Amino acid sequence: MGEQPTTTTPSGGPERINGGQALIRALELEGVEVIFGLPGGAILPVYDPIIDSPIRHILVRHEQGAGHMAEGYAHATGRPGVAMVTSGPAATNIVTPLCDAYMDSVPMVCITGQVPTAAIGTDAFQECDTVGITRSVTKHNELVTRARDIPLVIRQAFHLATTGRPGPVLVDIPKDTVDPKNPDAWFDWYWPTDEEVAASLPGYKPTTKGHPKKIREAAELISAAVRPVIYAGGGILKARAAEALRELAELVDIPVVTTLMARGAFPDDHPLALGMPGMHGNYTAVTAMQESDLLIALGSRFDDRVTGKVAAFAPHAKIIHVDIDPAELGKVRRPDVPIVGDCRGVIEELVKALRDTGLAERQPDRSEWRQTLSGWQEKYPLTYTQSEPGELLKPQYVLEQLRDLSPQDTIVATGVGQHQMWTSQYWTFRHPYTWICSGGLGTMGFSIPAAIGAKAGMPERTVWAVDGDGCFQMTAQELVTAATERIPVKIALLNNAYLGMVRQWQEMFYEERYSEVYLSPDLPDYVKWAEAMGCVGIRVESPEEVGPAIEKANQINDRPVVLEFRTDASEKVFPMVPAGLSNSEIVVGPDQGEGGA
Amino acid sequence: MSATAPATQQHHVLSVLVENKAGVLSRVTNLFARRGYNIFSLAVAPTDDDRFSRITVVVDAESAPLEQIVKQLNKLINVLKISELDPQDSVERELMLVTVKATTETRSQLVELAGIFEARIVDVGHDELTISLDEEPARLDDLEDLLRPHGIVAVQRTGRVALPKLDRAPAHAPHR
Repeated sequence: MGEQPTTTTPSGGPERINGGQALIRALELEGVEVIFGLPGGAILPVYDPIIDSPIRHILVRHEQGAGHMAEGYAHATGRPGVAMVTSGPAATNIVTPLCDAYMDSVPMVCITGQVPTAAIGTDAFQECDTVGITRSVTKHNELVTRARDIPLVIRQAFHLATTGRPGPVLVDIPKDTVDPKNPDAWFDWYWPTDEEVAASLPGYKPTTKGHPKKIREAAELISAAVRPVIYAGGGILKARAAEALRELAELVDIPVVTTLMARGAFPDDHPLALGMPGMHGNYTAVTAMQESDLLIALGSRFDDRVTGKVAAFAPHAKIIHVDIDPAELGKVRRPDVPIVGDCRGVIEELVKALRDTGLAERQPDRSEWRQTLSGWQEKYPLTYTQSEPGELLKPQYVLEQLRDLSPQDTIVATGVGQHQMWTSQYWTFRHPYTWICSGGLGTMGFSIPAAIGAKAGMPERTVWAVDGDGCFQMTAQELVTAATERIPVKIALLNNAYLGMVRQWQEMFYEERYSEVYLSPDLPDYVKWAEAMGCVGIRVESPEEVGPAIEKANQINDRPVVLEFRTDASEKVFPMVPAGLSNSEIVVGPDQGEGGA
Repeated sequence: MSATAPATQQHHVLSVLVENKAGVLSRVTNLFARRGYNIFSLAVAPTDDDRFSRITVVVDAESAPLEQIVKQLNKLINVLKISELDPQDSVERELMLVTVKATTETRSQLVELAGIFEARIVDVGHDELTISLDEEPARLDDLEDLLRPHGIVAVQRTGRVALPKLDRAPAHAPHR
């Protein structure tokens, strides 16, 4: 965060400024380059100074889009995403992205308008209790009651959103505090120092440095383990710790699983990479954790989609758990060595401890473990059967083509469902910050706005959104935003005419009783819809068209592209650990027979 | 809220030091409500430094979820410190005001009962008395039980406040 001296007027006195100008200036001083938002009554006075600000404003078509764009921007750039909307319905529309960002620890600052202070609590037009509604889905929120508090509240918001365990922070701004016609909205401009910000938050002191004794204990546990696995979570990416992770894994030669939130944190083409664990993880990643004698959990949180039935999860494993959030340690599984701290710092200290003690050179013989793992990888790869001519496309084939024909540093965003799992499974992630998805909350419709946010932050990169037809219909209107703002994202729409993941569960667990999951392949007509929104729309129906369509899409950089792939609805995501069962009961693909170690 | 004392093995007293600001109490209580835990009693007041308040929460919860709630409370930006007060190692006080039927026949018994408890009679009506007692919560329960047969008209308790017991060893003596 930049430190700026208090501005003075040419005459030397402090500069008078109103709340709205102060808010925009505070965002500028925080280094904000783009705001995703949509104006309305209560936030109008803040929108006026935006005209004179160098900050780019991207006008969304629905406030949910603004929130997910801010998230996508944050995922891709590591900088906090900023969304700004008005009061009432706009604030409620952005609750889903706030919750999404909270679940996935995404740094985000959300500014909402509020009715004037005097009208709060009177059921005024477009009034809602925004801080009350968002209290449990934000890291923190604050209702501004005085214009002169705005610079400090904004600095606090960015500090809170980006430090410790990152997350969304909401600032609710009553209209009178930013209204230039209100004499009380004017004050002497100031910009709080870092010290003033810290002093204004006496209850906020995140622990970033791991305890040296615990780090030594971790080094010793690692050096005694014969079947260890590194269980890398999204915290690795939040802590910018991908390089440190790689150094640790290579130093002690320990394989790495990357959770859904950590895809890209460790290169998939690395010999130590085991890929994604969890409900739809690959057999080797799931079973390696299950059979391990030591799990080194780094920025991961033992989510139920990873552990399966907790009581049966990794029953022989000791646990080293590193997390910046003390509340994660022991929440699900009691660790043998808990370490509170920033993942990067702790991993670097761990590497140092392993070197300094000489333990790094005295690692036990793990050749048997490695052979076991490579045996599983050979026996249980991801598989699918290519479609016969005239049949619908296999989604896995589409994703393989997309992966192989797009630049290596392509950023890929997904919605939630089968297409999300297939993308995570079939993509080869080689770089951090190339994967954006809604993990914890599982928000359908996430991909299009998230991809737009990512592309706004990283305009030089190719950004693909992989979407399902159910998801597409939830947020497609943001493609109008993308077309208008010249943000050329690319959408690979896997249209199987169903809510595919729900259909899969109904097929497997509800005796094929398909209840309310059919969506129709051609209502709406996705190509016409795409064109109506200012995008190029291309329908792809046969395997030989897949590659050329992707190559054509990759060449288009003046507008968004929607490739609609007609895919086979009967295709299911495997492997699968049915909900509530032990990870040892993993179901592999139908042509691989029974799983089991 | 129930008027009876919580089961002792699940009864936990938390002392939470917070910023004295709007919405903080709601943030704290929400963490209990979200998990379906009823707050048995709650007392809030500013500390000697009026930038801060102390919240004393009595809650029925198993120890494991309580540990998680305490960690979540610690995550709240406006929370500075949380201590769980073991009833064995803390002094607890609660204030009760109770209005009870007092006929000419029972009035002297009630005055005597109040005397035994060192309670004070703070208001007298034609056929009612209001008694005030500040004591350990269990003593309040006892008085309430003994008054009940006389006919309690209204009872209001503050919820308990608590502080850790002081160290009895002289400052210079080594701890044993």
